[in-house]
Amino acid sequence: MPINEWFHKQEKYIKLSPDSKKEMPEGVWIKCEHCGMVCFQKELERNLKVCPKCDFHMSLTAAEKIALLADNGDFDELDVNLTTTDPLGFIAAKSYVEVIREAKERTDFSEAVITGTGKLGGRKICLGVMDFAFVGGSMGSVVGEKIARLVERATKEKTPLVIVCSSGGARMQEGMFSLMQMAKTSAALARLHDACVPYISILTHPTTGGVTASFATLADVILAEKNALIGFAGPRVIEQTIRQKLPRGFQTAEFLLEHGQVDLVVHRKDLKETVVKLLDFLAV
Amino acid sequence: MKFMMDFEKPVVELETKLEELKKLKTAGDPEVAQQIEFLEGQLEKLRQKIYSKLTSWQRVQVARHPDRPRTLDYIETIFSDFIELHGDRLFKDDPSIVGGFAYFNGNRTVVIGHQKGKNTKENIHRNFGMAHPEGYRKALRLMKLAEKFNLPLICFIDTPGAYPGIGAEERGQAKAIADNLMAMSMLEVPIVAVNIGEGGSGGALALSVANRLLMLENAYYSVITPEGCASILWRDDSKAPEAAEALCLTADKLLDFGIIDEVISEPLGGAHRHPEFVVNELKEALKSSLENLFNLSSENLLENRYQKYRKIGSFLNNA
Repeated sequence: MPINEWFHKQEKYIKLSPDSKKEMPEGVWIKCEHCGMVCFQKELERNLKVCPKCDFHMSLTAAEKIALLADNGDFDELDVNLTTTDPLGFIAAKSYVEVIREAKERTDFSEAVITGTGKLGGRKICLGVMDFAFVGGSMGSVVGEKIARLVERATKEKTPLVIVCSSGGARMQEGMFSLMQMAKTSAALARLHDACVPYISILTHPTTGGVTASFATLADVILAEKNALIGFAGPRVIEQTIRQKLPRGFQTAEFLLEHGQVDLVVHRKDLKETVVKLLDFLAV
Repeated sequence: MKFMMDFEKPVVELETKLEELKKLKTAGDPEVAQQIEFLEGQLEKLRQKIYSKLTSWQRVQVARHPDRPRTLDYIETIFSDFIELHGDRLFKDDPSIVGGFAYFNGNRTVVIGHQKGKNTKENIHRNFGMAHPEGYRKALRLMKLAEKFNLPLICFIDTPGAYPGIGAEERGQAKAIADNLMAMSMLEVPIVAVNIGEGGSGGALALSVANRLLMLENAYYSVITPEGCASILWRDDSKAPEAAEALCLTADKLLDFGIIDEVISEPLGGAHRHPEFVVNELKEALKSSLENLFNLSSENLLENRYQKYRKIGSFLNNA
């Protein structure tokens, strides 16, 4: 080991900070959650929210994901009117109704996934994008229903499907309704595959829990953004269970690539081009 | 020392006292006999009082009771000529999921289930019923066998959750679960799943995509453990009882929501108190579930299963 590495502080694992995308006024400096580098917001946005120093890919909002992938940013949103209910009357430290209201105010979106159709490299696609800022990108009834409807549309119209994932898993506040969305979305995808429609899944920081254990990993080709945290159980849960420190780089996109869990790790600047190439090949 | 749940302490104490009294040489004495009779009456009243309206958290404790009948207990009593099959053919055999061929009511079936141990040693071997990816992949292999030989599939669910560990992540825990969800939705044979104890999140769901989903009265099924939910949403582990209530994880509530199809009753105090009672109830429920499914064509079976999950969800359409 080189001597300078002795003094290098090893990061434990990628940190999650759902509040890191809180709206900031224009022209503010943003600190990279990974290396601590402070960047000018405008500069960072030009760089697709990738840290110029350490290449850490910061979370994109749903709107930014659409802008990144859809040709000219054109996108026809589907199922805009599906809204969340509170089937369990869930109240913890905060009530579910309040959690949803705050998420809506913070993100300008009505749920953790936006679905619709658009063009990618001139080809029509069904596109779903998740937003981690909306209750941790968690999947409740609306997310499950929107994904299932999108998959069914792609199957019926034989349109390639692309989903950009970013989620903490199933949404606790809707209890078993949330868990069952895993079965619902997976069943819809079974029919899509039966109809030989291509599906490309893009895993972005972070994708864990019930979303990873359902539609996120049921694609023909799985792409992962550089450094993204991807897994089933979260790092904290694993550490508490096994009472050991996790190895460096555990559950990163690169770790998953090494263990055969994803097809490609892609830099954000190359993401669109990679998806276009794949669809050029698969969707003939 | 007999395992005792906190809330049943008065019952167990009285039971112990009664046992002692019965062992006395003077038990035949009319005065003592009278007292025994009196205490038995008291005990019955106490049981009714404590067990007849369990809270959600108390049911979670019953579901986790170390003496509760496990998958292999039900396979032994309800099925015959069980041949256990092992291994996923990819990595190893995971003892936290068991499965194989067995006869049910004269019919050939494939049966799979999570398996917990009865004591610490067994539990370490079974990893407390928390499967690794190879467990789910073994299950998937057996499901495919069921399909190939056109045998109905019966799954028993009893797990705190899929194991969260380094090896499990390296070998694709999430993918193993997702693959089962997708494959079960397309399996061209009747599937009946029964939650016999703990239904811990995705790890339980990976054996649950069925035409009929049954649940024992004191089993629970939840998106997250009450403890996990409490520590995230209340930031306090000790709020697990509140979380259990809020999560609506009991059989009666899930039946009302249309998430499960049938509740199988248990004797007062839980399945472990009179396992033979549950065995009979479960046998009858499986029999009628399978009889109904045998009448469906494979096309209808798939459509029935698809629609069952497709319609689960609570949302508004404000068009």
